[in-house]
Amino acid sequence: MKTEKVLLQGNEAVVEGALLAGVRFFAGYPITPSSEIAEGFSRRLPLVGGKFIQMEDELGAMAATIGGSLAGLKSITATSGPGFSLKQENLGFGIMIEAPCVVVNVSRTGPSTGLPTSPSQGDIMQTRWGTHGDHPAVVLAPSTVSNTVDLTIKAFNFSEMLRTPVILMLDEVVGHMRENVLLPAADAIEIIDRKRPDGNKANFKPYEVKGHDHVPPMPDYGQGYHYHTTGLYHDETGFPRGKSEDAEKLMLRLMHKVDYYRDEITLVEKKYLSDAKIAVLAYGSVARSAESAVEMARNNGIKVGFMQIKTVWPFPEKEVAELAQKVDKIIVPELNYGQYVREVTRAAGGMAEVIPLNRFAGQLISPATIKEMIEEED
Amino acid sequence: MDRYEIRLSGAGGQGAILAGIILADAITKADKFNVAQTQSYGPEARGGASKAEVIVSEKVIAYPKVTKADFLLALTDSALKKYLPDLKKTGSLLIDEEVFIQDKDLLPKEVIKIPIFKIARDQVGKIITANMVALGAMTALFDFIDKGEIEKVIAKRVPTDTVELNLEAFSAGYRFIVE
Amino acid sequence: MANPDINKYYRRNKLPHIWCPGCGHGIITGAIVRAIDQAGLDQDKTVVISGIGCSGRAPGYLKFDTLHTTHGRALAFATGVKMANPELNLIVITGDGDGAAIGGNHLIHACRRNINITTVMYNNSIYGMTSGQFSPTTPTGSLATTAPYGNIDTQFDVSNLAMAAGATYVGRSTSYHVRELIDLITNGIKHQGFSFIEAVTHCHTQFGRKNDLGGPMEMMEWQKENYIPVKAWAKLSAAEKEVKKTRGLLKEEEREEYTDKYLALIKQVQAGEEKNG
Repeated sequence: MKTEKVLLQGNEAVVEGALLAGVRFFAGYPITPSSEIAEGFSRRLPLVGGKFIQMEDELGAMAATIGGSLAGLKSITATSGPGFSLKQENLGFGIMIEAPCVVVNVSRTGPSTGLPTSPSQGDIMQTRWGTHGDHPAVVLAPSTVSNTVDLTIKAFNFSEMLRTPVILMLDEVVGHMRENVLLPAADAIEIIDRKRPDGNKANFKPYEVKGHDHVPPMPDYGQGYHYHTTGLYHDETGFPRGKSEDAEKLMLRLMHKVDYYRDEITLVEKKYLSDAKIAVLAYGSVARSAESAVEMARNNGIKVGFMQIKTVWPFPEKEVAELAQKVDKIIVPELNYGQYVREVTRAAGGMAEVIPLNRFAGQLISPATIKEMIEEED
Repeated sequence: MDRYEIRLSGAGGQGAILAGIILADAITKADKFNVAQTQSYGPEARGGASKAEVIVSEKVIAYPKVTKADFLLALTDSALKKYLPDLKKTGSLLIDEEVFIQDKDLLPKEVIKIPIFKIARDQVGKIITANMVALGAMTALFDFIDKGEIEKVIAKRVPTDTVELNLEAFSAGYRFIVE
Repeated sequence: MANPDINKYYRRNKLPHIWCPGCGHGIITGAIVRAIDQAGLDQDKTVVISGIGCSGRAPGYLKFDTLHTTHGRALAFATGVKMANPELNLIVITGDGDGAAIGGNHLIHACRRNINITTVMYNNSIYGMTSGQFSPTTPTGSLATTAPYGNIDTQFDVSNLAMAAGATYVGRSTSYHVRELIDLITNGIKHQGFSFIEAVTHCHTQFGRKNDLGGPMEMMEWQKENYIPVKAWAKLSAAEKEVKKTRGLLKEEEREEYTDKYLALIKQVQAGEEKNG
């Protein structure tokens, strides 16, 4: 199958990527700067026999998305910061009952209504710790439109593989910009579907794990398994017993399944690191400024390298520790008051000096600003 | 061509953004360069100053926004005032002949003044087509995009019943530069 | 009416239930099971979804695909399930706090869409599980743990709310009038569109005790006295109408169902696409 280059907006790229991944259900609520995603799905889904619904609020949109997943469809919802806050309740439910789905957060400057059409990475810790209680988090952050197509497909694959909601964190720059993109041919991409049970319905235990990956197979509603699901801690049968031992076992399994696939889901790009004494570590739209700055500085003879974190959660501990071992200084530019840099500092463990560079007022950090800091630190 | 930064600016509703999208789309279709297009959004895009940015490059485009523009289209006094400081001295400025230049010192080497609104109003008959007149002039000035490529995209991107009108405006702007 | 086989519909190993002795929730859950049987639903194709509260525990005792969700959100989850697979029969179990307070928005919009989900609201006029705070259906003047000086809030008539919001089938009965309740739920299930059945019940443990209303027997007697068949109610004096409430079928009308509309839309846009090449 041959494809040609198209001019695509980041938000449209989510729609294209999701359709390539086999999405058949979207539930959402209008919010800037993510509305183009809902608009795209409302137009495209019925054409492929899929379903779109605009819900009454963000909480309902998250709930309906999980409902679509339980009924057997690959499901997605999209929002921005204020809506992402509202989604946390049912996002936690989705993690607890292990419902695969994709949640897009096209981040804007917060808190509260903030700057609705300006970019931000102020939600980076919320994507990790937004819902209450301990929980695993899988979060991908694209930096280009083409990257967005790719990571949307991967978000679905990871969510189906791990049986957990996966968050795709764009920001306003990536969501709204247009770029020329070569869409992958449908037959050229790897698609992962959730494991479904073998058909043995007698004494079926919905949360019984048979493989090594800690992920139980998941039936679709209507297949006759008559199984129970609850947001309470439950045992393998799906029922709550109110026992600490069940809580411990389930929490460990939720964590272990992400650990088990950690290498497979950790996506990190490295560039110019072989001779580098300084590294710039970035994610999302800022990675583009960072890469530009690094190239400009290298042209001026500075030995500086670049690391882009695409899987922001789980945190790439090993990769960052290796980087800290290699370089003397790590600059972490972010569109917030300084959030991810704390994790980088922790993982660097004193092996390299970690230097924050923050902008939190709705402007993308320019390459010149990052280059200046590289020069100062050189 | 390494990196060429274009900024199209005007008042909200003048269609600078649509012109930017059409330009970016045509560059995509021609498939000789990479392109990144961004724009102002929200209240800013509806009233006041409105802008689109188009970065064109043979290489991968890392930073997607204008740092120092190579080309500026300014349809209003205020757009010119706002964006002229970010235009390279070696760059090009395209303005309507009636736009007021406040900071003459900031003007680049090449300044192209054409009666964008007059052409739209008198020749095409609809002042709202000024963006297409400007796009036509830009296409004639740029050596990296063909007239035909842009025309194909205009036909696809504007409302069906206005295709002819928009193409006429585009040609008028193009001819003004060429002739 | 024959009693359905308890082993077919109940997860016997999950019983006894957690509800207080004398609670009406078991009666309503039994009515739902009998209605499902009476309506002839395919057990494999039926999904029962609940929110949080005493009513939220009901699906755990029932042998279907069952989902115990977050507080107030059952209808939003059910909407997703129904949209994704319209062949499934959806039963939503909610309470007065769950469905009329925290989940009120989902309720009115499910009514408005007319999506084919049967919702049974277990209305016991109190937050029972959290030990007796006043709910949107607690009568004005009643005592509750958060209304120690008497409730100053105005009560919701949840059936009126559902009717006003566009539900196409609305019925109300009580844990006393159980045969009527079963028939209302049965017909609600058969109805093609959103059906809402308000099942009035008693919480003697929280509401009854605080307000000196007696035990389950006395509270069910009260239901018997105060809920009047629609036709008989119409003949009551104005003063009596202030106190007593209607029971029975309150509304039934035909309006195109939501998932049917969406499936028609799919057909239409796919046909349009083919035509345009």
